[in-house]
Amino acid sequence: MEFFRSHVLVCSGVNCSFRGSRSVRAALVEEIRAQGLDKEVRVIETGCFGLCEAGPVMVIYPEAVHYCRVVPDDVKEIVEEHLRKGRIVDRLLYKGEAQVKGVQTWRQIDFYSRQKRVVLRNCGLIDPDSIDEYIAREGYEALGRALRMQPMEVIQAVKDSGLRGRGGAGFPTGLKWDFTARAAGDQKYLICNADEGEPGTFKDRLILEGDPHSVIEGMAIAAYAIGASKGFIYFRGEYKLSIDRLTHALEQARAYGLLGKNIFDSGFSFDIEIKVGAGAYVCGEETALINSMEGKRGEPRFKPPYPASVGLWGKPTCVNNVETLANIPSIIRQGADWFRSIGTAKCPGTKVFTLTGNINNAGLIEVPMGITLREVVYDIGGGIPHGRAFKMAQTGGTSGGCLPEALLDVPMDIDSLATAGSALGSGALMIMDDSHCIIDVVKCFLQFFRHESCGQCTPCREGTQRLYELVDKISRMEATEKDVELIRRLARTMEDASLCALGQTAPFPVLTTMRFFPEEYEAHIVHGMCPAGVCAAASQIA
Amino acid sequence: MKMKSLDELKKLREKAQETIRLREQEEGTKIVVGMGTCGIAAGAREVMLALVDELQKKNLKDVVVTQTGCAGLCEKEPLVDVIRPGEPKITYGYMTAEKARSMVTSHIVNGQVIGEYVIAREDSGD
Repeated sequence: MEFFRSHVLVCSGVNCSFRGSRSVRAALVEEIRAQGLDKEVRVIETGCFGLCEAGPVMVIYPEAVHYCRVVPDDVKEIVEEHLRKGRIVDRLLYKGEAQVKGVQTWRQIDFYSRQKRVVLRNCGLIDPDSIDEYIAREGYEALGRALRMQPMEVIQAVKDSGLRGRGGAGFPTGLKWDFTARAAGDQKYLICNADEGEPGTFKDRLILEGDPHSVIEGMAIAAYAIGASKGFIYFRGEYKLSIDRLTHALEQARAYGLLGKNIFDSGFSFDIEIKVGAGAYVCGEETALINSMEGKRGEPRFKPPYPASVGLWGKPTCVNNVETLANIPSIIRQGADWFRSIGTAKCPGTKVFTLTGNINNAGLIEVPMGITLREVVYDIGGGIPHGRAFKMAQTGGTSGGCLPEALLDVPMDIDSLATAGSALGSGALMIMDDSHCIIDVVKCFLQFFRHESCGQCTPCREGTQRLYELVDKISRMEATEKDVELIRRLARTMEDASLCALGQTAPFPVLTTMRFFPEEYEAHIVHGMCPAGVCAAASQIA
Repeated sequence: MKMKSLDELKKLREKAQETIRLREQEEGTKIVVGMGTCGIAAGAREVMLALVDELQKKNLKDVVVTQTGCAGLCEKEPLVDVIRPGEPKITYGYMTAEKARSMVTSHIVNGQVIGEYVIAREDSGD
C-alpha cells in the first residue's frame, strides 16, 4: 500500500465548486507533479467542510492547516512553501473579524471547535468516492450489527434514542418505522426524501455529497427494521453532484455485497434505486413525492391514510429525510444513551443547519439541539459583517418564522422554537441585518409560495396569491388597518383548510413578523414610510 | 469482493484505517524536518523520504512527519526535531538518510535518544 506523508484535502462541495475548487485541485495536482512530490503528497477531493463563506477551502494534513479562499494562483506558493519547505502560507489562513493573526489549524477555529459533528463526522475528512475510507471510519459496522438483531430490536433502539425526523415536522422516527413495520402487506418500501426545496437549505445536498455511504447505510438499517426489500432516494433534479456521488457509492456498496442479496449472509436483501424529481417544492411533502414517483402530478394526497399503511403503489411506505437516516448508523453503533447525551431531553442529538444571509461564517454547521440562536450567530457564525446590527433570523426556511433580537437566546430545538412562534424546520437559518425591510422580505417569501403552490386546494392556491397581493399593498404604502385584519382572517383559513403543510405554513412569515415587528407594519401602513428605506414609496421620500 | 461477515468488514477496516490515520491523529509523536533552503541544500529531502519510508516499513502508526522552515542553525542542517508527548523536544543535527533510519529504530521504536547526533534538548514548557 502506498504511503503519503501529507494529505491535501480540497473541498469539492457545491459551494466551493462554484468558487472554483475544481480548478484549484487540478492546478494542485499539476504543480505537485511538476515539483516531484506526487509520491509523497496525496490530493483528495472531499465533501463540504462547512465554512463555505471562506471557500474554496483546503486542509493540509498532518498539520491540519486550514486555508481559505484558495485560487489557482495560490497553488504554486502552497506547494513550494508548505508542501516542500514546511512553511505555512500565513496570508491564506482563517482570520476572524477581530483577529490580527490567522488561525493555523481547523481544530482551533471557533467555527469548527464549537460544533458537534455526528451526521457530518466524515464530511471534509474522507474521500466521499471511497467506500474504504468510509469503512475506515467504522462504516457499515452498524449495518452488520443491526442484521444480528431482530427488526423490532432495531426499532426499539431508534425509539429509545428519541430521534425525531430532521426534514421539518420532527415526527419520532422510531414510531414511524414501527407503524410501517406493523402495517399489513408483504411488499414494503423505504423512501429517502432528498427533495430539499426550502429556500436557504442545502444540508441534505452536502451530506449526500460529503458522505453518501452514511445515508446508504442508514437506509439499509431502516429497510431491515421495517421489512422493506426495496428503497428509493428521491432527489431534487438540480443535485447533480449528489446524484453522481450517490450513484458511485451504490455501485461500491453492491460490489462489497453491502447492498443486494443476502447482505452479511443474514438472509436480508435490499437495494436502492434513484428517482429524480423535477424541482417542485411541494414534492418534498411525502405524499406529493409518492405521487410524483408513481408518475402522477406532484400533488399531496389526503391523509389519512398515511404512507405507513398506504404509500407507494398502495404499499406500506416509510419516508425519511436524508439527515434522519444519516443519524441511524451512529445510533446503532454507539447506542441510544450516547445519543441522548447530546441535545435536549425532548430533542436528543444534533441538528445540521445551513447558515446563510448577513453572517460572517456562512456555511454548513452541526450543533447540539438546544444551543441558543445567539451562540450560533455570534460564536460559530462570527457575527454580522460590516459592523451592521442583527435584525432577524429566519429559522426553518420560508415556512418557518422570523425571530427578532429579543429572542436571540431561544434554544434551537423543535419544541423551543415552536413555542417561540417559529420552527426548526429543515434547518435553514437565514440571518438578516438592519438594511432589510421586514415587509420586503416577507413579500419575497410570499412570492415563493405563490409560485410553488401546486394549485390542488383552494385555500392554498388562492390564499398564497391574495396574501402576496395584500403584503405587496403594504409595501406600496397603500394598505389600511382593514387589510391587516383581512390578512389575519385569510391566514386562519389557510392554516385550517389547506391540504398540506405548504398552504398551512405559508402565512407563517407574515404572522410572526406582525407579532415581532409591529412597528414596521405600522410605519408602512400608518405613516407611509419604510424605516429601512427599501420599499418603493419610501425611496422617493429619501 | 463480497463481504460475508462483520469479521471480514473488520479486516478491511483495519487496512483502510492506515490510509486515513494521518488525518485523524491529534496526539502522538511528531518528527519535524527543517526544510529551509539551507536544509534542502544539505539533503533534508533525502532525510525526510528516508524517515517516511522507515516509518512505513516498521508500520509505526502514531507518528507523523512534518516540515518546518529554517531554524537559524543552517550550519548543522539537515535538522530533525523529534517531539514525543510528555518528553522534551530533541533536535538532531547533520542528519543523513542512514542516521535518520537508525534514529527511527532507536528513538521512535525503543525510546533511546541517540546522544551522538543530538544538538539541542528543549522542554516544551508545559
